Amino acid sequence: MAKFPAPKAPGLVKGLGVTLKTMMKTTFPSRGMKTLIPAPSIGAATVQYPHEKEMPAPRARGVIALKEENCTVCMLCARSCPDWCIYIEGHKDTAPPRRPGGKPRQVNKLDRFDIDYALCMYCGICVEVCPFDALFWSPEYEYSELRLADLLHDKDRLGEWMQTVPDFEPYEAGSEQKVRKVPR
Amino acid sequence: MSIAIELAYWQQTVLRTVGVLVAVLIPAGTLVYVFLFKMMSFMQSRLGPMEAGPYGSMQLLAEVGKWIQKEDIIPWRADRRLFAIAPYIVVASVFLILLAVPFGPDAWFADLDVGIFWVLAVSSISVLGILIAGWASANKYSLLGGLRAAGQLIAYELPMVLAVVGVVIQAGTLNLQGIVAAQHGGEIFGFGGIGNPYILSQFIGFFIFLVATQAELTQTPFDMPIAESELVSGYMTEYSGMRFLLFFIAEFASAGAFAAVAATLFLGGWSIPWVDLDANFMNVVGPLVLLTKMMLVAFLVFWARFTYPRFREDQLQQLAWKVLIPLSLVNILATMALKVMF
Repeated sequence: MAKFPAPKAPGLVKGLGVTLKTMMKTTFPSRGMKTLIPAPSIGAATVQYPHEKEMPAPRARGVIALKEENCTVCMLCARSCPDWCIYIEGHKDTAPPRRPGGKPRQVNKLDRFDIDYALCMYCGICVEVCPFDALFWSPEYEYSELRLADLLHDKDRLGEWMQTVPDFEPYEAGSEQKVRKVPR
Repeated sequence: MSIAIELAYWQQTVLRTVGVLVAVLIPAGTLVYVFLFKMMSFMQSRLGPMEAGPYGSMQLLAEVGKWIQKEDIIPWRADRRLFAIAPYIVVASVFLILLAVPFGPDAWFADLDVGIFWVLAVSSISVLGILIAGWASANKYSLLGGLRAAGQLIAYELPMVLAVVGVVIQAGTLNLQGIVAAQHGGEIFGFGGIGNPYILSQFIGFFIFLVATQAELTQTPFDMPIAESELVSGYMTEYSGMRFLLFFIAEFASAGAFAAVAATLFLGGWSIPWVDLDANFMNVVGPLVLLTKMMLVAFLVFWARFTYPRFREDQLQQLAWKVLIPLSLVNILATMALKVMF
């Protein structure tokens, strides 16, 4: 038979004190003259979301933006995606030569680039793996939908997110690396 | 002095039914809003419901509306009849508790000579409802929850009864009205200034009663029967819609009922010191006084609920059998000795 541990009264009382103190701090946050006026809206640590918004950190993984011109349909992102939520289709096309008199170039044109945010788990592997600076993280997060199917963002929708991509922050002093630039 | 209106039996019955409904639902709603919605949120540095009505005061109505809309699902293998009546049994026990609680000199539903005995007896009917719910759901989580609830409620019924015995010895009556009168007219070692609310002389009894109440309500330090991390929701797992609402109401209404009983037993009930017990206006003021005292007791109950983590099953049983029951027996002996000596 296990021995019943001696009741730890001080700890139990301390716990009650913590909850009471937190409650008083939330209910009566003001100091000075207004101490006795309850103002939980000020005292609470949370914000009332749809009315007030908190800015996420600039590097937050909110949504993935696509710079369509940079995409070469290399499929690296689609293949590295753990839950296969990226759909890419493209075709071969010819582009005008770079210099006058040159041969027309062969390029891959992007027909379809969809990310299914109902599947995406925000791991960011596609952003990491993209060698041509076509995918970027944006901190935007307000794109919920009433229909699940509407969470499939096509390449135009993903392109619109490009405007919300913040600039890369400078590295710490003394870094040899050049700061990456977001193509605008 | 009493109100000189003669009412037919059926009229009295209707009035009493409405009265009990009000006496059950208003404290329950108040407790849910003040403690569950607001106090718990403030203790966690958040605001709680704020959208429905000013400061979320209509939230409960919205919730009730939501629950009534929901489909009332009865599992295929469930014992349909038992499954359907279980929540009503639990709610009925709460109504029966409040039947014996006096609210004023003439404001009572039933002035029973065995008042507190009746309260303790009917409060254990809810165990039956819970056990039936657990069994009838045909679900292993429900069954385990129901069995745990039965074990726990029986274990804590004892300290509760024994804690009350001290009060009964001191008051010399089982009648709750009599206990209120005894506290109002009582003296503490010859000093009769504020009467003798039994919390002063029976503080051990009060403490044990509160702990046992917490366990009877299956509230947090004692919520093994619900234990959402292991038993989903215990005996309530399969319930939805209206029947879940009934369990929910029963939980908070019985919190209110037990708080009212504790206020009557230990805090002087509806009486105010220095104010004449038989004054006619006490029929109006009394219920408010009782409500205030009930809120005080409920504050203690919910404060503990929102502070402490859950007991393990063996700790829970050991607390009842090894600590609370011996303690309450000692309390009874001490009360008896003092009663005889003074």
